[in-house]
Amino acid sequence: MQQTDSDMSAPVPERRRPLSPHLSIYKMSRYSLLSSFTNRAAGAALSVGLILLVYWLLASSSGARAYARAARVLSSLPLKIVYALLLTAFAYHLVAGIRHLIWDTGRGLERAQSQRSAWLVLAVALLLAVIACGYVFILRAHAS
Amino acid sequence: MNEEGRTPEDEGRTLEERFDERSSRTPGRQLESWRSPLGRVRGQGSAKEGVAHWWVQRLTSVALIPLGCWFVVSLLALPALDYATVSDWMGNAWTAVLMILFVLVTARHSQLGVQVIIEDYVHESGMKTLSLALSSFAHVLFAAAGVLAVLRITLRSVS
Repeated sequence: MQQTDSDMSAPVPERRRPLSPHLSIYKMSRYSLLSSFTNRAAGAALSVGLILLVYWLLASSSGARAYARAARVLSSLPLKIVYALLLTAFAYHLVAGIRHLIWDTGRGLERAQSQRSAWLVLAVALLLAVIACGYVFILRAHAS
Repeated sequence: MNEEGRTPEDEGRTLEERFDERSSRTPGRQLESWRSPLGRVRGQGSAKEGVAHWWVQRLTSVALIPLGCWFVVSLLALPALDYATVSDWMGNAWTAVLMILFVLVTARHSQLGVQVIIEDYVHESGMKTLSLALSSFAHVLFAAAGVLAVLRITLRSVS
């Protein structure tokens, strides 16, 4: 048994196994390689959005006065900037997520295809974000 | 061990010698443990759940395409975001059901996503475990709070 323990702590010998390519090997110069990180960052931003959503729901459930108090915080200028970012992150994460789901069916995995779809995702996401933000911050803001 | 498994160093060795060498942790040393290779990996191998994370991430993302679009579009379509309008909107049974689903599925999807981020960027083992635990707790908290809130709003409007 003692033998087994010392065996466990012995340094792992070098094995010629294929290892997953480490991040430092990749060239991040092309946008298509950056799109994975962008999608992750957008997802992380939306996770923060979940906190805001729950806060808003809790305020709505706690009566008119609690809602009015929360609404003052939620409609402040810094949070309006956050909403613009969240809308953009949502648009990007949605479109990039659909790209991932298409990849999962085995389609669009060729290098040229994935480089093209990376730009397509960015373009469609930005278009959706501009439409949504334009609606909220220009059309709606002037209507009310 | 079949003949294909032979390497040049194996020439002139008995089958037992080759087996002992390969089953010990360090090549070149004799068998140091009486545990068989099978015994050593037992309890550490596949629990047939290797793809669970991947699969749930896909399921939730598919569900979030309609749910997320519904949430954003209907929120933007609301005539105002005052208390009365929001209460009225969430008093509707379908709104409440979809909102509860949206909160639950988003919380699960987010938890899986944040888990991967922590696993990739937090390297110190203790810190990693702590962050993963805190993230899980936080996500369960958000899910519970969100569901309770929607129920409170929608049930209030029934009476």
